[in-house]
Amino acid sequence: MQTNVLEYLEKTVVRLPEKVAFANEVEGLTFKQVYDQARAVGSFLHSKNFYNKPVVVFMKKHPNTITAFFGVIYSGNYYVPLDEEMPRHRIELIFETLKPQAIICDEDTREIVNTFNFDGEAYLYSDISKSKIDDVALNQIRDRQIDTDPIYIVFTSGSTGIPKGVMACHRSVIDYIEHLCDVLKFDEDTVFGNQTPLYFDACLKEVYPTLKYGATTYIIPKQLFMFPIKLVEFLNQFKINTVCWVVSALTMISAFRTFETVIPQYLRTIAFASEVFPIKQFNLWKAALPNARFINLYGPTEVTGICCYYEVDREFGLDETMPVGRPFKNTDIILLDENNKVPAQGEQGEICVRGTCLTLGYYKNKEKTDEAFVQNPLNDLYPELIYRTGDIGKYNERGELVFMSRKDYQIKHMGHRIELGEIEVIVNMHPAVSTACCIFDNDKKKIILYYVGDIDTKEITTYIKEKLPRYMVPNLVKQLETMPLTPNGKINRALLKEQYLQSK
Amino acid sequence: MEELLEILCELHPDVDFESCTTLIDDKVLDSFDIVTLVAEIDDKFSVAIPAGELVPENFNSAQAIYALIEKLENE
Repeated sequence: MQTNVLEYLEKTVVRLPEKVAFANEVEGLTFKQVYDQARAVGSFLHSKNFYNKPVVVFMKKHPNTITAFFGVIYSGNYYVPLDEEMPRHRIELIFETLKPQAIICDEDTREIVNTFNFDGEAYLYSDISKSKIDDVALNQIRDRQIDTDPIYIVFTSGSTGIPKGVMACHRSVIDYIEHLCDVLKFDEDTVFGNQTPLYFDACLKEVYPTLKYGATTYIIPKQLFMFPIKLVEFLNQFKINTVCWVVSALTMISAFRTFETVIPQYLRTIAFASEVFPIKQFNLWKAALPNARFINLYGPTEVTGICCYYEVDREFGLDETMPVGRPFKNTDIILLDENNKVPAQGEQGEICVRGTCLTLGYYKNKEKTDEAFVQNPLNDLYPELIYRTGDIGKYNERGELVFMSRKDYQIKHMGHRIELGEIEVIVNMHPAVSTACCIFDNDKKKIILYYVGDIDTKEITTYIKEKLPRYMVPNLVKQLETMPLTPNGKINRALLKEQYLQSK
Repeated sequence: MEELLEILCELHPDVDFESCTTLIDDKVLDSFDIVTLVAEIDDKFSVAIPAGELVPENFNSAQAIYALIEKLENE
């Protein structure tokens, strides 16, 4: 039985040493190079006596970054991917939680890393990937490891203003990758075009199947996602046949009528996640690529990645919602109502997940972990954890799971999961602001910020951009004289939303 | 031009759109902004920007965007 994700790489490197594993538009790394460099990085980290510690990988998006992840796993530590575009404040918060002793950086991020206060060392990837490989040590580390040992932490938006670090282990990643591959039917000829950032779990869909099958992943330059024709030309240039993208990346292509000019001619598998696909846009894709497979994927970071899938097998009316379908094998979905009971067929409930796919929880945050990873309320006989997603769903008349809404103020914006509360906390931190509230326009996918305070919209926007990642910056900022309140004295979100919709 | 500047300033109140000529090169605008901008231009100017005109050169400055709108209006 496989107990370590690196076994994927070790099997493939014997078979396909010279094949390109990970590449961008100018350079790539073969499986042999990935294998050698990862083991060099692993040997180096071991020589510094790091074991079972968070190792930050702070590099720009590049094949080397992915190889650094594997290097950290070889050393028996767990990687924490951060991004050069993350604002300073967010990185500081993450460092406060992690207290990292080791950071792997590249020539571009080295200077940024050195401006941070942390009690550890920053190492240059280009140096440590040339370290001498210590086979004996790497074998000893492997012998010590078990499949519930952690391999990564990814940080996700937290409503209290502090990002939460979701921690996953070998076992949950192997379980996820095996079942994802069964559903999406990847193979050695799969050529992935990666869109999602490397600092979230979304990229697992390309990273680990590439190792498993000896496939190839091309990292697509982020800027191309503004220019659809250039993007499709890129897909054609590198003969990309498989994409696992967020919905907004796909709709950007179809909405600009790109298919009238150019068609992604090699594309045969289109998987999409993290948002509901508007049917009008979906139909444009289906018409352009009638023979391709389209698969809707659903799942939160806390269950490693994806736990449900629906392969499109019928036509949808413009007012219909595409279901998220059924769980992967070895995963169970339970709907629970407010009384922790299973609702009647067709009734709504919170989507809860049971299975090996559950991650280890939130790093150094027992309180939040215990709120979301709970004893299965349907079982009082033995310990059994389920993850409460906070998503509300129901089964349609075909028995397919359908996502309906959220229990709280979490939204999905450009494929990113955002707690509106986190934005509000940051805005409220500004000394000139007395109160703030965010609402989300689900039709236009806009985050709207209302605030009361002695500061103009220009200044507050500048401030927010220093504190929050780009995708969390409100798309519309409005200053108010007073904040509307409910009779209970809470901010009247419903009224704000109503006024906003009327003013449109 | 006034109307276009209004749309842009609503997107990013902190940016000086009258002088900035590197909106794309310096990542001032992201893909969400482009999608929003194209929809707003369609709304306010009744001009549909075709995919072929979605190139960095047409979006690097307010001037360039406005020139594109005028060109499409005259077609």
